[in-house]
Amino acid sequence: MAFITANWNPLGEAFYRKTELYDMCWNIRDGLGDSLVAAAPYGGPIALLREPHRRSPSSRPHLEIYSASGVTITSFPWKSGPVVQLGWTVSDELLCIQEDGTVLIYDLFGSFKRHFSMGQEVVQSQVLEAKVFHSPYGTGVAIITGSSRYTLATNIDDLKPRRLPEVPGLQGKPSCWVVLTQDRQTKVLLSTGPELFILDNTSCTNVCPPGLSPQAGSIVHMSVSFSYRYLALFTDTGHLWTGFSNLQEKLSVVDTKKMTTPKQMVWCRRPKSQQPSVVLMWDRLLMVVGLCNDPIQFPVEDLCVLVGELDGVRIISSTNQELLQEVPLVCQDIFKIASMAPGALLLEAHREYEKSSQKADEYLREIKEQRMLGEAVRQCVEAAGHEYDSTTQKSLLKAASFGKCFLTDFSPDQFVQTCRELRVLNAVRESGVGLPLTHTQYPHADHMTLQVLIDRLVYRQFYPLAIEICRYLKIPDYQGVSRVLKHWASCKVQQKDLSDEAIARAVCVKVGDSPGVSYSDIAAKAYECGRTELAIKLLDFEARSGEQVPLLLKMKRSQLALSKAVESGDTDLVYTVVSYLKNEMNRGDFFMTLRNQPVALSLYRQFCKLQEQDTLKDLYNQDDDHQELANYYVSASYREKRLDSRLSLLQSAVDEYNKAKNEFAAKATEDEMRLLRFQRKLDDEKGAGLLGLSLQATMEALLALGLHKQAEQLYRDFRVPDKRYWWLKLKSLAEKEEWEELEKFSKSKKSPIGYLAFVDICMKCNNKYEAKKYVSKVTPEQKVKAHLAVSDLEGAAEAAIERRNEAEMGAVLARCSTSDQLLIDRLTRARATAVKK
Amino acid sequence: MAHGARRDSPELPDFSLLKRLAKDQLVYLLEQLPGKKDLFIEADLMSPLDRIANVSTLKQHEVDKLYKVEHKPIVSTSDQLCFLIRPRIQTVKWICDVVNADKAAGKCRRYKIIFTPQKFYACETVLEEQGIFGDVTTDEWAFYLLPLDDDIISLELPEFFRDNFLAGDQRWVRTASSALHLLHSLYGPFSKFYGIGRCSKMVYDLWRKQAEKGERKAPKADIGRVFLIDRDVDFVTPLCSQVVYEGLVDDTFRIKCGCVEFGSDVTSSDKSVKVMLNSQDKVFNEIRNEHFSNVFSFLSQKARNLQTAYDKRQGMDIKQMKAFVSEELKGLKQEHRLLSLHIGASESIMKKKTKQDFQELLKTEHSLLEGFEIRESISFIEEHINRQVSMLESLRLLCLLSITENGLLPKDYRSLKAQYLQSYGVDHLLTLANLRHLGLLIEQQPGETLTVMESKVGKLVNDKTAGRLTDAFSSLAKKSNFRALSRKLNLVPKSDDEYDLRVPRDMAYIFSGAYIPLSCKLVEQVLERDGWTGLEEVTRLLNGNEFFAQESNGADLSTKNDSQRIVLVMFLGGCTFSEISALRFLGRERGYKFIVLTTAITNSSRLLEALLGNQV
Repeated sequence: MAFITANWNPLGEAFYRKTELYDMCWNIRDGLGDSLVAAAPYGGPIALLREPHRRSPSSRPHLEIYSASGVTITSFPWKSGPVVQLGWTVSDELLCIQEDGTVLIYDLFGSFKRHFSMGQEVVQSQVLEAKVFHSPYGTGVAIITGSSRYTLATNIDDLKPRRLPEVPGLQGKPSCWVVLTQDRQTKVLLSTGPELFILDNTSCTNVCPPGLSPQAGSIVHMSVSFSYRYLALFTDTGHLWTGFSNLQEKLSVVDTKKMTTPKQMVWCRRPKSQQPSVVLMWDRLLMVVGLCNDPIQFPVEDLCVLVGELDGVRIISSTNQELLQEVPLVCQDIFKIASMAPGALLLEAHREYEKSSQKADEYLREIKEQRMLGEAVRQCVEAAGHEYDSTTQKSLLKAASFGKCFLTDFSPDQFVQTCRELRVLNAVRESGVGLPLTHTQYPHADHMTLQVLIDRLVYRQFYPLAIEICRYLKIPDYQGVSRVLKHWASCKVQQKDLSDEAIARAVCVKVGDSPGVSYSDIAAKAYECGRTELAIKLLDFEARSGEQVPLLLKMKRSQLALSKAVESGDTDLVYTVVSYLKNEMNRGDFFMTLRNQPVALSLYRQFCKLQEQDTLKDLYNQDDDHQELANYYVSASYREKRLDSRLSLLQSAVDEYNKAKNEFAAKATEDEMRLLRFQRKLDDEKGAGLLGLSLQATMEALLALGLHKQAEQLYRDFRVPDKRYWWLKLKSLAEKEEWEELEKFSKSKKSPIGYLAFVDICMKCNNKYEAKKYVSKVTPEQKVKAHLAVSDLEGAAEAAIERRNEAEMGAVLARCSTSDQLLIDRLTRARATAVKK
Repeated sequence: MAHGARRDSPELPDFSLLKRLAKDQLVYLLEQLPGKKDLFIEADLMSPLDRIANVSTLKQHEVDKLYKVEHKPIVSTSDQLCFLIRPRIQTVKWICDVVNADKAAGKCRRYKIIFTPQKFYACETVLEEQGIFGDVTTDEWAFYLLPLDDDIISLELPEFFRDNFLAGDQRWVRTASSALHLLHSLYGPFSKFYGIGRCSKMVYDLWRKQAEKGERKAPKADIGRVFLIDRDVDFVTPLCSQVVYEGLVDDTFRIKCGCVEFGSDVTSSDKSVKVMLNSQDKVFNEIRNEHFSNVFSFLSQKARNLQTAYDKRQGMDIKQMKAFVSEELKGLKQEHRLLSLHIGASESIMKKKTKQDFQELLKTEHSLLEGFEIRESISFIEEHINRQVSMLESLRLLCLLSITENGLLPKDYRSLKAQYLQSYGVDHLLTLANLRHLGLLIEQQPGETLTVMESKVGKLVNDKTAGRLTDAFSSLAKKSNFRALSRKLNLVPKSDDEYDLRVPRDMAYIFSGAYIPLSCKLVEQVLERDGWTGLEEVTRLLNGNEFFAQESNGADLSTKNDSQRIVLVMFLGGCTFSEISALRFLGRERGYKFIVLTTAITNSSRLLEALLGNQV
């Protein structure tokens, strides 16, 4: 603890420190000198393209990918063309920019993803230099070609390469250049030696950094800060100009007294930097140059790689890795020798407390007197976040926790938060994982960026750790554990050495029914890898049948897709599949498929009924569904206006009904055809207007027209039941008040409908006289009713008494009024005797 | 109400929220098409829309003119047209015609189609096929539920019945489950589900999936239990003549969307009057569930009371008079108006019902339900057909005969069908095919019942004695499902003693004491047993598909809890007012509150009209 400040180096007001991150796990005997190196910021992976040991035409360079701690992830011989530049995208994909302008993209594990080209003209002129840069739009690539022209692509995922205007007087490549992102525009700043140009989409402007005297010489190296705000220029006279990248303002000019061009030059800042600096590296020297004139110098043994970070610079050598950063103010306050800052006192107090010394109380008193205890706790917590060493973290946090005990209304949020974050950070910093993130780089507060952290672990296939972190941070399953499982499963299905069965089982066991994991997505992945059978197995686990359908269709398992769609109960989905099948299959197969799926078939039928009547017919034909086909013809016949086509449709219906063994319907249809012909004949002869009427209506109309003979003919021809005909004739005659005819009719033979109907109908036409004629003919059972119908109470009473029917007597009684006292008496008496019996 | 409700009955939840939600969404959708626009409304959406947003609301949101969709060329001059329609292919095709006609005439307008309650892929396909997919914007108005009354919610989808049960087209199933889910999210969580029928099962399964996806809500439930039933489980009940006042009004005047139009014969003036029939109408509320035979006496009592109230005026001083006029008179006047309307309606019903020999008809129905005097009933039906009394009534009696007898004898089947076709035209071949398809009018399989024997006996003896023999035999007939069900569930009360309709003792009162509606009896039994245990035989006779599910969503399951006594009964394919009355009666008896959720209000005419063959 005492040595915490041992590696602090003063730079102006501030201090800089180098923290050891890792002893690199890799084994690189001949250093990094000969290799193309790309190391991603935020503790990203490192890629090396190493030239072969023995140069021979047959030997090829080797591409190696390591984690930030130097753990080998993959390595393979490079078989494509010569590579000019390596770079990492924001989503940890490796870009290899070849001489011919082709950019190959590999994933973290070295499997080839895709490629794109920076333009046709590059193939000839070749790439001289290339840079990979990150902007709010994503990862971009800039190249300069042999014809001294720049081509720029701001986002490789939405590739729109732009060729920038020509730079006047530029031959070959410029002495140095950087890509700037300013005002939502991506530009190139380049130096041709004496002159500095800004190159944007349309123009090339000569610029001059303010405060850089011409005597300073020409610019040979330049660097832009992580945030693109600051710019550093190095001249061949050893002067370093620092200022804003918009070239409006200078920060300082420092003479490094080094005439050689540095190998690398990187900004080293942190948010709220006191003393931002630029790190320059020569063969054996590392120099940290601030705004003031006294740079820090470190000797270096072999060549290193500098990686600019948000809050420092990582220095990767062949043996170890260090983080160079400005010591945060709060750490300075606490650890500076003889500091009296509240945090420092609290730390001291706690240390004494652990030694059981009463000095602890003195220190505490001192802080409390200044009313600074809260501030002290805050400082300790904050400083803990910035410390890399876990023992230091612990002592600071313990101190904070100790101080907290003496505060009553201190919110524990920050303390808890920091503990949690440090726990996660320490876990991912582990050499085995190799994500050396600082607390400043830790995604704060919102889960969207935490998700990025989880994703990065997932890409590296650290599934258990990712799940632990999700659970530990209580990230909702949907965004956390489920996502990890999904990735895991998608990765699992690609394992070639396992059987379909084993993989499906493994996936099912792990994933179970976690919310938000879609088996169909996993299956889609399996299908992508050419494992159709596995995909189908996985789909079986998908609870929502609807989700299975699109993939099944893609896999051309249309039958299965259809049954799954039906299962889902979503008719829209069924319909989607049906219309897909309709286009994909020939008609016969299509119908056969539908036949096995009644739900889909009914749906399609409904559609056809409204849209494609003819298809409907084909559908029935295919199924040999004669009954439905016949029904179809019948309904078609009613839409037909012309009689002959109507008849021919009905004839088809008759044929189909016969095939369907529905004799009844066949007969009925034939009758209808006969009737239609008959109606047509009569319409033609007499203009009766019968066509389309039912048999009954036809007969009615005929009777109304007085065409008794024709009505009679229908009655016989169509075997109309006697009862029906009698009712009809009775009604018709009564309506026309042909009473004589009616009487004749009643006597023509014994009425099949009895004679009460005659009585009723006469009464309905208010003809009591006629009605009475029929009362006597009525059967004994109906006598009483008939008498009552014509309001002949005495007759009714007579009949009832004669029949000795109690109920009927009652009915008559009910109709009697007080004036019929005699009748009432008689009936009551009769009833009494009837009851006695 | 004459009979007192149990005092501990829980309160019904307030469903007016549903209207508000629907209205807000409609307004939002209308505002998506800013500026003046003409609105075309599907004919059968007019009345439901009227319950949600009246014309002035629509005008407020810049609807200029309102048109009914009539499938004819349009005359609108507006440059923005909005169509509010059901997702029907015919209507979409018509819209395509309108748009294409505009294109041909070089007219440029904006078109927006609002499908309610949802759109179907098939509709969009039509738009695509007709090449106007890009010219119209489409939207969905999730207007699933229309509360018709405090305890009736309707989906207003009469086509559900035909599409689902006849055509086997299941597209409305999702609509039904979404409707259920909407209620679940507003008044749930539901804790218990009972159901019977294929469609019910599907609705429940789909609802499950939807509910799984949705977020859990607080376990304070208004509605605790849900009973789902397919219409085809019980066809007998909707085919019977309704004799409870509300049902009778529906059968006679056709209640549309909770509103009835009384013609001049009721109002005794030359104008017809539209009346809302719901619990707000104090007079109606007291007679809606009453057997018709009680209605007159009730109304006259009411009239006397009213007179007394009016008579209070005599002997009032000026101050009292002033109070009377300002406080009571308006209410009395209103009551007076309603009373005279309902008296008029009752008279009109009486007139119509005696004309058709209504008593004879009822007697036949009751015979069919009881299984007595089948021969007489068949002759009655025959005569009914022969005399062309009414196309639908004859059909109704035929179906009732077929269901109660488990099919007609081949001889009767043929002759009755032939006579029906002679009376009403051969195009009814399709109607008959439809009825057969649904099992409403079928032929008995030979050798299935003892009625076969009866027919053989009938050849030996004359008609009359055969009828009596049938009576003796029918009680032995085993295969007839309705008969068996009726016996198992005691659907037909013993008819020895007189049934006092004024003091109903069971749900049979809605059919003059002749029959307890099967659907409601199932509800009663299942609620009583809290499941289907003990009803295995019954469900077997109903072709199974019954289910019971308890949801584990942390809802309070103790029966003491009010929500457990509020039961949502969902009828898939429609329910009748009689069934609602029966459920209300059951609720009063057992201390439940029933909420009826139905795809539409139906009755025998609507049911059979939906099955007529000569429509697409």
